[in-house]
Amino acid sequence: MARDTSALNRSTGVIIKGTREGVSIVCAQGDWDELLEDLAKRLHATASFFAGSRVTLDVGDRLVSEGELRALEEIINRHDMGLYAVVASDPRTREVARQVGTRAVSGEQPESRPAPAAPPPVEAPAPELGPSQGVLVRRTVRSGQAVQHPGHVVIIGDVNPGGEVIAGGDVVIWGKLRGVVHAGAVGDDGAVVCALQMRPMQLRIGNHIARAPEERGKKPSRPEVALVKGDSIVAEPWDESSSA
Amino acid sequence: MPARTITITSGKGGVGKTTLTANLAVALASRGQRVIAIDADIGLRNLDVVMGLENRIVYDLVDVVEGTCRLRQAMIRDKRMESLYLLPAAQKRDKTAVTPDDMRALIDQLHRDFDFILVDSPAGIEQGFQNAIAGVSEVIIVTTPEVSAVRDADRIIGLVEAAEKDPPRLVINRIKPAMVKQGDMLSTEDVIEVLAINLLGIVPDDEEIIVSTNRGAPAAYDGTSPAGRAFHNIARRVMGENVPFLDLDSKPGMFNRILSWFRSG
Repeated sequence: MARDTSALNRSTGVIIKGTREGVSIVCAQGDWDELLEDLAKRLHATASFFAGSRVTLDVGDRLVSEGELRALEEIINRHDMGLYAVVASDPRTREVARQVGTRAVSGEQPESRPAPAAPPPVEAPAPELGPSQGVLVRRTVRSGQAVQHPGHVVIIGDVNPGGEVIAGGDVVIWGKLRGVVHAGAVGDDGAVVCALQMRPMQLRIGNHIARAPEERGKKPSRPEVALVKGDSIVAEPWDESSSA
Repeated sequence: MPARTITITSGKGGVGKTTLTANLAVALASRGQRVIAIDADIGLRNLDVVMGLENRIVYDLVDVVEGTCRLRQAMIRDKRMESLYLLPAAQKRDKTAVTPDDMRALIDQLHRDFDFILVDSPAGIEQGFQNAIAGVSEVIIVTTPEVSAVRDADRIIGLVEAAEKDPPRLVINRIKPAMVKQGDMLSTEDVIEVLAINLLGIVPDDEEIIVSTNRGAPAAYDGTSPAGRAFHNIARRVMGENVPFLDLDSKPGMFNRILSWFRSG
């Protein structure tokens, strides 16, 4: 998960993204209250997208007090999510996390998550519990239909004009993409979109938006992958980018 | 044997649902089938006008549902076809006067007496549409070769699939071969590529339809006009025959088509 570290480079605010276990919130340095404000704003903007998910909070090496953590948990709960675990390199923060009633993981090995055997402290049965890292949709997403998932989304079928796919992670379409796709929907610019035929109405990755080019050529289309390069979304033939 | 139950719907208005319903009903009846066409567009009834039966309406679908009359009293037999009936919609009420359960119960009563029950759906995706697909097992989607109509058809197909009907089949209405050839109109292939459902028929744009619709005599009565023939072909395919699609590309031949591929490429 090389992307996680690159996301940490941002100095302020929070980074929210869908991950394999649900939602990951990474806190940068800076004032805690500002951070909470940023978090509340961002969650509000994503509406109920993450409802029912469990949250892994990564506070880095920061020392967090019980009051601060509870304040953050309250914001998460307000958006129908549950605090599942806290990743912290400071042992005092981990102790605070345990007091608040959640799991604590040391930051040195962010991959070693607590055993998934314990039920997550989420009130509503989280639909994505087991396979939260991705969902497979085996049909065409037609006009007016929408697929939303906090993790990755794989579609076997087309995404038609008027259809919409919103994913916290990557989106793979084994078919024609002619609708709207938003990958990395909560600001993950590292997400990618792959399609056998890339003709989206509109493509969004993280905070970037690209519209379909106006020309409607019928050149033979090859599988492409769209990703953020520099400050814009580019689509590359799959065979050229596959080494990346 | 229970009747085949088929709803004709489209999402978008004005693409030819009612015209197809009337003509398909006539074409099926002319092949000896016992057919009833139900107008589910309550409040905006049209099917009676297209079939030329407007002046015979006494009771309507809502009267039947509300128990004002018996089902038989509301059914109107066609002027020329012995085995063709119309159940008209109410004009002074709206979609909420009937529920999907009402429609199911109504269609149940008709199974014994008919081979085909055709339901003309209103435009839209609201209750009128839900009423129209209640109690039927097959759905025919009508679209014209326009981007907006295809978009709405796609939406409707999604809803039909969600309602767990048989896979819907497609009729593309008002194709203008000359325009398709010049690349100014979506072709059959373009439409199929997006909607990805089985094609049941292609109906060419035909001025005769306007005349026959206004006169209340569906073109399928004498199936000599291009559209009339197309409707008969659709009826035959509905009955299970394997009928080749009309060759709309009358003159220019293969060479021009290949040329146009290069131009669009």
